[in-house]
Amino acid sequence: MTGFRLAQGGRIDRSRPLSFTFAGRAYRGFAGDTLASALIANDALLVGRSFKYHRPRGIYAAGAEEPNALMQLGVGERTEPNARATQVELYDGLTANAVNAWPSLEWDLGALTGLASGLFVAGFYYKTFMWPPAFWNKVYEPAIRRMAGLGTAPREADPDLYDKVHVHADVLVAGGGPAGLAAALAAAQAGADVLIADEQAELGGSLLSARATLDGWLRATLEELRGMPNVRLLPRTTVFGYYDQNYLCLLERRTDHLGPAAPAGISRQRLWHVRARQVVLATGAHERPLVFAGNDRPGVMLAGAVSTYINRYAVVPGKRAVVFTTNDGGYRTALDLAAAGAQVLAVVDPRPESAGDLPAQAHAQGIEILNGHAVVAASGGKRLDSVSVAKLGGGAARGVVCDLLAVSGGWSPVVHLFSQSQGKLRWDEAKHCFVPGTVTQAQRSAGAANGSFALGAALAEGFAAGAEAAKDAGFGGWRAPEPPEVDDPREAPPLALWQVPGAEGRGKAFVDFQNDVTASDLKLAAREGFESVEHLKRYTTTGMATDQGKTSNVNALAILSDATGRSIPATGTTTFRAPYTPVTYGAMAGRDRGDRLDPIRVTPIHPWHVARGAVFEDVGQWKRPWYYPQGGEDMHAAVRREAKAVRTSLGVLDASTLGKIDVRGPDAAEFLDRIYTNGFRKLGTGRCRYGLMCRDDGMVFDDGVTTRLADDHFFMTTTTGGAARVLEWLEEWLQTEWPHMKVYLTSVTEQWATVSFAGPRAGDVLRELSPALAVDEESFPFLSMREGVVAGLPARIFRISFTGEASYEVNVPSHHGLALWQAVMAAGEKHGITPYGTEAMHVLRAEKGFIIVGQETDGTVTPLDLGMDWIVSKQKDFLGKRSFARPDTSRADRKQLVGLLPADPAEVLPEGAQLVWDAAESPIRMVGHVTSSYWSPNLGRGFALALVKGGRDHHGKTILAPLAGKTVEARIVAPNFLDEGGKPLHG
Amino acid sequence: MQRFSIVSLARNALTGHKDWPRYWRSPKPKAEYDAVIVGGGGHGLATAYYLAKEHGVTNIAVLEKGWLGGGNTGRNTTIVRSNYLWDESAHLYEHSLKLFEGLSQELNYNVMLSQRGVLNLAHNLGDVREGIRRVNANRLNGVDAEWLGPAQVQEFCPIVSISPSMRYPVMGATLQRRAGVARHDAVAWGFARGADALGVDIIQNCEVTGFDIREGRVRGLRTNQGDIATGKVGIVAAGHNSVLCEMAGVRLPIQSHPLQALVSEPIKPVHPCVVMSNAVHVYVSQSDKGELVMGAGIDSFNSYAQRGSFPVIEHQMAAVLELFPIFSRLRMLRTWGGIVDVCPDASPIIGRLPVEGLYLNGGWGTGGFKATPGSGHVFAHTIAREAPHPLAAPFAFERFTSGALIDEHGAAAVAH
Amino acid sequence: MLLIPCPWCGERDETEFRYGGQAHLARPLDPHATGDAEWAEYLFMRDNPKGWFRERWNHAAGCRRWFNMVRHTVTHEIAAVYKPDDPKPELPE
Repeated sequence: MTGFRLAQGGRIDRSRPLSFTFAGRAYRGFAGDTLASALIANDALLVGRSFKYHRPRGIYAAGAEEPNALMQLGVGERTEPNARATQVELYDGLTANAVNAWPSLEWDLGALTGLASGLFVAGFYYKTFMWPPAFWNKVYEPAIRRMAGLGTAPREADPDLYDKVHVHADVLVAGGGPAGLAAALAAAQAGADVLIADEQAELGGSLLSARATLDGWLRATLEELRGMPNVRLLPRTTVFGYYDQNYLCLLERRTDHLGPAAPAGISRQRLWHVRARQVVLATGAHERPLVFAGNDRPGVMLAGAVSTYINRYAVVPGKRAVVFTTNDGGYRTALDLAAAGAQVLAVVDPRPESAGDLPAQAHAQGIEILNGHAVVAASGGKRLDSVSVAKLGGGAARGVVCDLLAVSGGWSPVVHLFSQSQGKLRWDEAKHCFVPGTVTQAQRSAGAANGSFALGAALAEGFAAGAEAAKDAGFGGWRAPEPPEVDDPREAPPLALWQVPGAEGRGKAFVDFQNDVTASDLKLAAREGFESVEHLKRYTTTGMATDQGKTSNVNALAILSDATGRSIPATGTTTFRAPYTPVTYGAMAGRDRGDRLDPIRVTPIHPWHVARGAVFEDVGQWKRPWYYPQGGEDMHAAVRREAKAVRTSLGVLDASTLGKIDVRGPDAAEFLDRIYTNGFRKLGTGRCRYGLMCRDDGMVFDDGVTTRLADDHFFMTTTTGGAARVLEWLEEWLQTEWPHMKVYLTSVTEQWATVSFAGPRAGDVLRELSPALAVDEESFPFLSMREGVVAGLPARIFRISFTGEASYEVNVPSHHGLALWQAVMAAGEKHGITPYGTEAMHVLRAEKGFIIVGQETDGTVTPLDLGMDWIVSKQKDFLGKRSFARPDTSRADRKQLVGLLPADPAEVLPEGAQLVWDAAESPIRMVGHVTSSYWSPNLGRGFALALVKGGRDHHGKTILAPLAGKTVEARIVAPNFLDEGGKPLHG
Repeated sequence: MQRFSIVSLARNALTGHKDWPRYWRSPKPKAEYDAVIVGGGGHGLATAYYLAKEHGVTNIAVLEKGWLGGGNTGRNTTIVRSNYLWDESAHLYEHSLKLFEGLSQELNYNVMLSQRGVLNLAHNLGDVREGIRRVNANRLNGVDAEWLGPAQVQEFCPIVSISPSMRYPVMGATLQRRAGVARHDAVAWGFARGADALGVDIIQNCEVTGFDIREGRVRGLRTNQGDIATGKVGIVAAGHNSVLCEMAGVRLPIQSHPLQALVSEPIKPVHPCVVMSNAVHVYVSQSDKGELVMGAGIDSFNSYAQRGSFPVIEHQMAAVLELFPIFSRLRMLRTWGGIVDVCPDASPIIGRLPVEGLYLNGGWGTGGFKATPGSGHVFAHTIAREAPHPLAAPFAFERFTSGALIDEHGAAAVAH
Repeated sequence: MLLIPCPWCGERDETEFRYGGQAHLARPLDPHATGDAEWAEYLFMRDNPKGWFRERWNHAAGCRRWFNMVRHTVTHEIAAVYKPDDPKPELPE
């Protein structure tokens, strides 16, 4: 036993013992532990295997920067891969397992790769696995993939909920350490609305890890902040992304720490969107590892983490410790270890002398200080057993038997959010780290995040930053309170030691632990020409593991700069990309799941369709009845029955989804003239006209029937899917190109319900429901509209037809829609009225050769291609007209709309079938494709519409559709299968 | 050029890998070249490689403003496929896919082409119609393509939900089995190494600051590393084509937008192929390393910032989780953005510009990576012969005047 | 995510807006007297500067009105918004 729990101290709650399992073994911990601290208390330091070599790895850090301790948490539908043990709060019943180890963490067969590790250098896979070529897909790649990945995904859907909050804040403070708390307090006292977020369960940051704490100040500050109505404290909340114009995203973990005890109905995690007037970044700093042989052995830990474990969690990771530090901070850990009863064998300090207060204290306690020395190697298998210490600049190494090596290579401010905000970093030559430089957003950094590592300086900066942020947010005139008294020790300057000299040849010296990138990998990459830091990262994968290089990036950069003979700032830094720590997919999706993925739009008649057993089709966001199967009918049978009924008697369609736009104003007619290919100025009041609109490149954009309600008032209909786009299109032209035109547009799609009944009996039904209306050819001609009363409801009745049958489209205010439908059904019962869906409607309109925008057209089709010259005005100009004259658009052999009749009448061509003249040709030349194809119960055969190159010149010819397995012959005919002209067949 | 193989790897292992040569030299620019390629991404490097290899034009330079492959080559979601609708596109992308299939051997560099199959899902009747039309056209164009029903989709990719109660249920999919993913950086590095070995000067950190154009002809260009004389300039600078062409006095039909992508933390293999869905803005695959690689939609506004808005990603994630409910507890590890140059018809421009000696290969929108070798191959031909390669001819700049656009909006992964 | 100051409604999130590309494009007054090249210029050719850009936006989920904005395409900084008939503001340095 080496890791152990202290009998007293720490911030854990010894009255609340918790049990948990790791790798199948049962352990105990306390409330307030992280999984990592509880494992250390149980001396379970071996927690994982590395990505490439499967080397045994131990807990290395105490926070978000942890590279090694990745866990598969839980089992079943709630299992979670790659959780960092250092950030997992312990709960009763927690189960955890190591990732990337098989058959077990102790005996991992993957470690055999270590035997061939001489081959597995950076980028080795680019240089091999190429012979024989066929082996790559069949042998090599599958093998590589089997080795890949860390944890495993759940196999079932996630049972948990997630949600989102959108808020504004005067001041957002990222980080609840001393600087962040000071900033929040100062800003809040000035009167600003403050939001302070910290990734940990408890606010306090580094104060929680130190022995000489400002416990009283921390308690009082938190109490004051909690009592202020203008302050929101968000523990367990990580500010992970900093976007344009002070838009920040935060992830709050609401129930993860409760485990199975999490209450039902509470979201597991919540994603905060915050727009802040001012931001204070107080995100602290990460300690850097030192690079020497075997620096990844379990038992080698960051010095600051060792102190955190001792002081915050009352666990000591080892009994015989060596500290290896380039700065005075490591001495604090030595003192902490000594106070916790561990034996501190030596502090190894490469600096020639240690002049600060902390070394003096260590010296006074009899701790041996080896100045001018370095640890060149650490050894041990699944646990550190000794380190080799040598004098810098040569000399024999001496071994020191130990079970813990605390290392500190200095500190890197957490500048991730600053960098994401587009701020420019500056290299601080004295502190050997990147610090925030040029600021580009309304933001300031404070404390360790700003390179001010000493507590007193951090507090002072925090108060100042908070007060300034409040002032800039409009809350000036308040003087920030004085920071509390802090007696910071005097510190000597740190030393930059990016790679320990004399460590070469003693074993692998890791820079990126999780991705197994060594110092020699980095040098190899530089040698091979990967001199840009981005190249280095991509070639070696350094910094690309789940910790995103929090401990490795600066070391890697420094080693590259050394290898290429450039300074560190000249070498550059990689881009810090959001998120700061990984973000759960579920939280990003929030509540936009299931039916809330996209709004569902239904008509007022929808409940009737559902009750009737309709099968629905998605058209844009709308649910439209596709067909209404009866008594076990399949779709074909239902569509046949429905389409037949319309031609022989009476059918009824819910057309409420059609887009409807109210167009009003003195220039309305002129406006429509410019929009539509045909003219509307001369349209009489009460008359309807079908219109086609084009984009300015001449391609068909939408179609529909527009009715003149008054001289200055039109009622436009659009396709169901095109309604929004058409309205936007019209508004754009009105507002930006023709602002002088007096035209006002209003979407009325949802204000009107539309019941369309068609067939030889349609007139009878209308007469019955609207006795006052004259329904004869003369008083109510085709393509006209009457206002009246239908079934006792105020209505607009349009005599228009998309089926070729006598047909009336009755519009009533939406809330009357269902009543109208029911009245039509009742009146039509004696005629055998048949509700029909979109599929039957498509068959009927295709029989007439009527197009559907988006089916006969695909953005490359002009009105002339469709043979709709009759609707293209020669006199007036309109949007798109000029484009018809372009060389390609005016070609005679463009694809043109034709009808097709398969040689075998029983054949129904698949929509999307390609058409050729010669199926034997090679390469085969495609001259068109089938756009619509159906079985027609009215024609008693299959038929189709198609676009064919120069098709209008080929009526009567046979064209071929080569399908998988057979080729279908079809005769080209005019695209109208019923009669000549535009008149309906009946009545 | 040092041959790469398991043998050379083993031999170098014995000497501690101290003797590997540089992949490419780092020369200073010469005063004059026969041709200069502006842009050291995959397309530019491929152009240089094929100019040297197939046309013997070796006195050439590739100028890269930053680092090789640092633009969209290193920022895409690595999907390789050729199942485009129109003949012109299908032929071009199929040419590219065929080159991809032999690329590791051609370059002696493993570009890790993983032909795991690409599914393009259909979620409504319009999608189904478009998919079947594309499958039929692909087959006749010699591009492998199949139409799968929902059950077959799930058989091919068991983790896809085909529940009929989804907001937009899966109604089928096109499948191209030869399609898949490749290692994007390796494509750039492999072409760079190959081009360098053939004598091409690859010059990084070299920014073009202007052109020397006299009497309507390119005479050279100005860079931050000095002036270079040349009679032929090929601009292949995705994300900066408009800026460069403006320096040469040419206005393009291109708009530059941010396109974001993201990866998850690595997980054990769970996703066997590539799934794309145009209707709900999803494309997702799993990398050799275990990360789920996803692309999001493009941001609507013009930008050169290589960053987009978070709601774009959130919107896409909701759609991903509908299709892959088991991904909900996984985590997004890293996001990034590229700059996509989008043409009005979602097809590229390959060919001459209205300045003699000036050529453009750009406007690939969201789909350029898959075309890398083919694009370089036909562009090299176009520059060397001063006449368009037959596969490149339809993609000429002049099509915007004639109206002969190649409208691939239906086939692009992202609805524009 | 941009924070866009709609000239009618004030500052709103970008998700409420629709982008309209380059501002101040003039449609030829007589398209039929316009040559193919000039027509193509109007239809398809666009400025695409790296830097300050005058562009159109529509407050689609708000007042539905179009306006112009001067925005930097690298920093995304917004220098000005103005109504369609307002004079063009000078571009910042």
